[in-house]
Amino acid sequence: MQTYLPIAELPVSVLLIIAMSAAVGFISGLFGIGGGFLMTPLLIFLGVPPAVAVSTVTSQVAASSMTGALGNWQRRQIDLKLGSFLVAGGLVGTLLGVLAFNAIRRAGQLEVVIALSYLTLFLIIGGLMLLESLRALLMARSGRPNRLKRAGQHPAWLKLPFRVRFHRSKLYASAIPILGFAALVGFIGAVLGIGGGFIMVPALLYLFRVPTAMVVGTSLFQILVTMTAATLFHAITNQSVDIVLAILLIVGGVVGAQFGGRAGRNMKGESFRILLALLLLGVGIRFASDVVVKPDEPFSITIQGQR
Amino acid sequence: MRLQTASRWLKAALPGLVLVLCFAVPASGEGLIASLSTHRVLIGSNYTGAQIAVFGSVEPEGRRVARADPFDIVVTVTGPRLHLLVREKEKTGLFWLNKEQRRFWEAPSFLATMTSRPFAEMGTDDDSRRLQWSLKNKVIATGTGLAIDPGETRFADALIRLKGAGQLYQEVERGVTFLTPNMYRASIILPATAPTGNYDVVVELLSGTVQLARQQTSFEVVQIGFEQQVAWFARTWSITYGLLAAMMALLFGWLATVIFRRD
Repeated sequence: MQTYLPIAELPVSVLLIIAMSAAVGFISGLFGIGGGFLMTPLLIFLGVPPAVAVSTVTSQVAASSMTGALGNWQRRQIDLKLGSFLVAGGLVGTLLGVLAFNAIRRAGQLEVVIALSYLTLFLIIGGLMLLESLRALLMARSGRPNRLKRAGQHPAWLKLPFRVRFHRSKLYASAIPILGFAALVGFIGAVLGIGGGFIMVPALLYLFRVPTAMVVGTSLFQILVTMTAATLFHAITNQSVDIVLAILLIVGGVVGAQFGGRAGRNMKGESFRILLALLLLGVGIRFASDVVVKPDEPFSITIQGQR
Repeated sequence: MRLQTASRWLKAALPGLVLVLCFAVPASGEGLIASLSTHRVLIGSNYTGAQIAVFGSVEPEGRRVARADPFDIVVTVTGPRLHLLVREKEKTGLFWLNKEQRRFWEAPSFLATMTSRPFAEMGTDDDSRRLQWSLKNKVIATGTGLAIDPGETRFADALIRLKGAGQLYQEVERGVTFLTPNMYRASIILPATAPTGNYDVVVELLSGTVQLARQQTSFEVVQIGFEQQVAWFARTWSITYGLLAAMMALLFGWLATVIFRRD
């Protein structure tokens, strides 16, 4: 069954889009990430113009994080206070990121920067997570207890001034690294055109030692706020949100996210981290092969404007 | 007073004007008639592309003069113009990065050339280049790379190859058929990805390498009904549209939670 997309200006297979968005929604609900970094390349591969793909995916991410966040809210697994701090820092970072994005694009190096940043981010974050998880797994097997969080032990950077107590996350830390980190994620997200959940989740887990259950909900809350704003922003500035495509993506995405969330609840913390690490590594290797392996078609076309 | 002067001038010039027209008629339309099966391609929700017939006739008076070469028809369809950038990846250190690029300022979003005979039979390569018959020569003419090195055609080749994969650039030798010695017919196959806008159709009547007549017509690709309204709404009421899209996302997200709560 084919339907024509009015903004993207091409027909697509309804079932294919729903199946794809359900798969990405599942991953999104499972790991508490937006999934934009998976969905956007898939749509571009189908022939959807990049601008339309990026902006329409934001609405899907908003929808699937809404359903995910609501589920976490019912189980009291969102730290609203920490989430608000992340949103506040993220907004500042996003603004700076948009400025940097335009500067890099003017310099004509956008593609290079995006490819290399993806590569580094995914490989480093994925690699570190995998090493840590494997180590934890080995220790568990040898019978030694391994807890991510040890009572009363905090890294030095959390002891900076302006300490805030986040009850739900069992975190008593300075606001400076939290806001700074949220700003950094917002900055990277704006430059790469992604929500940044895949950076936020590992950071909350490892740098701030927030409990796994709380990480997913809080990250989803932050994504929900920023992606809703981004949908609005894209629709107003470049009119590239395709509402027909958005409906298809959202229907698949929210259903997938529900099942993903359910699967995530039955998963142990260690397996969760290993799977997320493998996913990030996989995507990182995929991006690496894009720039390292000799391409079949060295040429590419970019539309610069209508005449 | 002024009007009278003008009309007197016109009267004086009229015989000359008629004379010019008499000579102009055989040159500009040696009895060539061209028509399209439709002038509006409508895009609805089930649109998957379109096919348009170009047909017409070469009038008998066009054959008064005995010609050694047979008639040839070349049909060229040109879609809305785009400003395109073609980039080439090159190995730099470890990575394959975009290095060289060429701009095509007036590249057609859709381009099709159909002929009644292969170019090779119609004339030499030089003729083809001079008359811009082939797709490649048409594309090269829109590129800025040309000014630097006329021999360098790899960017134009790449553009044709990439666009051709999606049927957006087509070259069909023998795409025009003569039904009778005086009647011809060709099909324009428009893929679903061809953009909305105005498409020019030029029909040329050739004998050897001499252009005897040229006719121009056009068709339009437009969205209708729901598709058109959505596109219009997104452009005109972008804030409302954005709010609707965002609210729809949140609503669907909430709905899914409600639906899946039970099981």
